[in-house]
Amino acid sequence: MSAAHGRTSHCVYVLRLADSNLVLAQRLGELIGHAPALEEDLGLANTALDLLGQARLLLTHAGKLEGRGRSEDDLAFLREEGEFLNATLVEQPNGDFGDTLARQFLFDAWQVELYERLAASGDPQLAAIAAKALKESRYHLRFSANWVVRLGDGTAESHERVQASLERLWPHTVELFDADAIDREMLAAGIGADLTAVRAGWQRRVDDTLAEATLARPADRPWRWYGKRGQHGEHLGRLLSQMQALHRAHPGARW
Amino acid sequence: MHSRRAIESDVRQRLAAVPDPEIPVLSIADLGLVRHVRVGDGGAIEVGLSPTYSGCPATSVIRANVEAALQQGGYREVNVVEVLAPPWSTDWISTAGRRKLHDYGIAPPTTGPVACPQCGSLATTKLSEFGSTPCKALYRCTDCLEPFDHFKCL
Repeated sequence: MSAAHGRTSHCVYVLRLADSNLVLAQRLGELIGHAPALEEDLGLANTALDLLGQARLLLTHAGKLEGRGRSEDDLAFLREEGEFLNATLVEQPNGDFGDTLARQFLFDAWQVELYERLAASGDPQLAAIAAKALKESRYHLRFSANWVVRLGDGTAESHERVQASLERLWPHTVELFDADAIDREMLAAGIGADLTAVRAGWQRRVDDTLAEATLARPADRPWRWYGKRGQHGEHLGRLLSQMQALHRAHPGARW
Repeated sequence: MHSRRAIESDVRQRLAAVPDPEIPVLSIADLGLVRHVRVGDGGAIEVGLSPTYSGCPATSVIRANVEAALQQGGYREVNVVEVLAPPWSTDWISTAGRRKLHDYGIAPPTTGPVACPQCGSLATTKLSEFGSTPCKALYRCTDCLEPFDHFKCL
């Protein structure tokens, strides 16, 4: 598979997790100073910071598994768009506040279910990162789920708009649970999570929150996105061009 | 030649004096960040530290401050290692640390009702789940009307 670039399945598995955290942290970072109120600005910025910290741990781990001496910075700043293995959900633009919070909620609920299982991974470093990150992601989920309820059960306009956000984002959630060869291999090796169980837990969380928010769960659509195989939409390239600009202009730059 | 035990004890005393960069009334020992101190052959020191929040910018500053404090104490070979497991918990903040937080105006972590650190009232409301640093949430006292930070439970 081209996106694997000769890496082991184990390395690709960790890199996928790292990239989803990194890209979402970058997206949320775009909102610093632009959120609708100070409290939400702080909330989204702090969530971005946690996700970036988790991404750094995961990228460092992926770099070691890769065994080519690449650091977290090398992996973050010197890969091309097609080498990024994040889910397409996280590269979606911030849009309006409903788009941002719906994306965050769908992601947080997935991450909590995933980390709960990865905390028992046979890869001790991945298990340690997941156990640590789980505490942070539970807090993120409380924030994003509360906002989905406030927007869904808010005014007629906020209800309609956040429902439209869910409809737009829904097709991008499919790949989170669609186990491919790498997911299956990692599950069999005792390293990865059982995505069938992750999906069941995620659906429970999503259904509970949407019911409280008086929102409807969108219908499943036939098309599929596979960011985790390096197949991205139009948005990731622009995000990376901004994220990587400084490092590409000044290779090896450090703070 | 000092015994390893004496060296370890000296290192721990020096670590107890390294302040947290964000909340300088607390030392890294108060925060429960020091996992281990190992004295190697030839006097090399290894310090194991728990990071707090994954993305907390203070983590790299703490690491540099620990190295500097031990080098000032005459330890030439200092290695700081990150210990992820088990994950750091606010339960590891010492009793003294909790008192210092309270006296500094930050409500210490609690799963029960959050008391105002200014007037002690339990009539408080949460203004924001997130505050000025990853570890804090923003509260207000509805008795004395002062806003204050609450150190979140992790």
